[in-house]
Amino acid sequence: MKKNFKLIIIALAVLLTPYLGMSQCKNFAKKICKTQLLPYVHDGIFNATVLSEGETAELYKTFYSGQQYRISICSADELPPIQFQVLDADRHVLYDNKKDDYAKYYDFKLESSQQLIIAIQVQTKDELGDKILSGCVAVLVGFMNVENSFNQH
Amino acid sequence: MNIKLFSYKALQLLTFVSFAIFISACSNNGTKVENETSDTLDAQQSKKDDLNKAKQIFYSLPSPIETAMLMKRAGAKYNQEYLNSINNVSKYSTSKSRALNLGVYGADLSFSSMFDQSQASLKYLSTTKKLADDLGILNAIDKSIVSRMEKNINNRDSLMTIISETFMNSNSFLKENDRAEVAAIILVGGWVEGLYIATKVAKSTTANKEIIERIIDQRLSLNTLINLLNEYKNDENVASLIPDMNDLNTVFSKIKITSSKIEPTTNEKTKVTTLKTNTQTKMSPEVFDELVKKVDLFRNKIIK
Repeated sequence: MKKNFKLIIIALAVLLTPYLGMSQCKNFAKKICKTQLLPYVHDGIFNATVLSEGETAELYKTFYSGQQYRISICSADELPPIQFQVLDADRHVLYDNKKDDYAKYYDFKLESSQQLIIAIQVQTKDELGDKILSGCVAVLVGFMNVENSFNQH
Repeated sequence: MNIKLFSYKALQLLTFVSFAIFISACSNNGTKVENETSDTLDAQQSKKDDLNKAKQIFYSLPSPIETAMLMKRAGAKYNQEYLNSINNVSKYSTSKSRALNLGVYGADLSFSSMFDQSQASLKYLSTTKKLADDLGILNAIDKSIVSRMEKNINNRDSLMTIISETFMNSNSFLKENDRAEVAAIILVGGWVEGLYIATKVAKSTTANKEIIERIIDQRLSLNTLINLLNEYKNDENVASLIPDMNDLNTVFSKIKITSSKIEPTTNEKTKVTTLKTNTQTKMSPEVFDELVKKVDLFRNKIIK
């Protein structure tokens, strides 16, 4: 009977693991990544997924002129560094954190509103191992809350 | 038949099948590296190249909070008449109308909070809670949110954080529970309401240059939104929204826009980069009027 029970538990754990991974990913994004955004206000959009070494994800977002933003990237500790690039709509590279020692955030503002692409890639480990690492990667965007300069009537 | 033996064998089979499913589900995530040879290194580089295609694409819109802040900074003034009446909430009985108007009321909540309209904010909060409950996503919303908002009603920064957090919890809850299409519909409602309010403000204000610029900027978000909706067009509720969005896109495409290459310049002291570019936009009064009319029609269809 005990043996049967153990087998059931193992089977359930295997089936449910992918779903547990995403739930932990959300909690990870909320607890760890949001603090990295401060003092910027999080825009409220949840962008997180489980990625493996070498895998990429992209975020398409409109950024407005006169507004200051922070793009914040965070990832599970076991993953290699995350490279992220900020691209314009024609995929010209405007920023590459690889040249910035894999910085985890990027602060910027725009003279004209643009749609930008944030492309992220989990780097592959230098040393060969017997398994591919995977873990949660989140991209959060915050904006600076600045009081308006117009008087209200 | 020996029942004990049968049950044990069934469990072994279940375990084996579970492992098989797990292994096949993970097959896109890579394979075991078995030998440390130069051939393996070449294979890894080749695999890296093959994996250049994004595994996941996120489409992100300005949140209701950001939209409300942009409008306030552009000189918008608060007017309760622009917002959807809370009395309309009883009309929304289908999941589509509830999702759309959750977005609408979310935008109204953000707008009234941004302008320190505390009583209106609390009413819109109650209304959004009701619709969230009707949609089965109330669990995503912090149960203490009403009391948290009441405590912070005079602190705009805290209110923005609370609203933004609530928005994120709802957004992630829906995505995790395979209801991403509902999240997309909510975004449509919020975006249309934000655009509607902006057009009303622009019409009623003489010094409206900045508001008009923000309205023109919405062409960028509209492209993102249409791409997002196309991802879920197999859902009939999502598919039914695409024609109206394409109609708006037709009007936006009449706005003439020229833009120079983006040049990033970083302030070494603040480490903030300015993305410099020169963009010229030209929207004729006729195109503006056509846009206002289309937005009006679409918004009224959503809230009726």
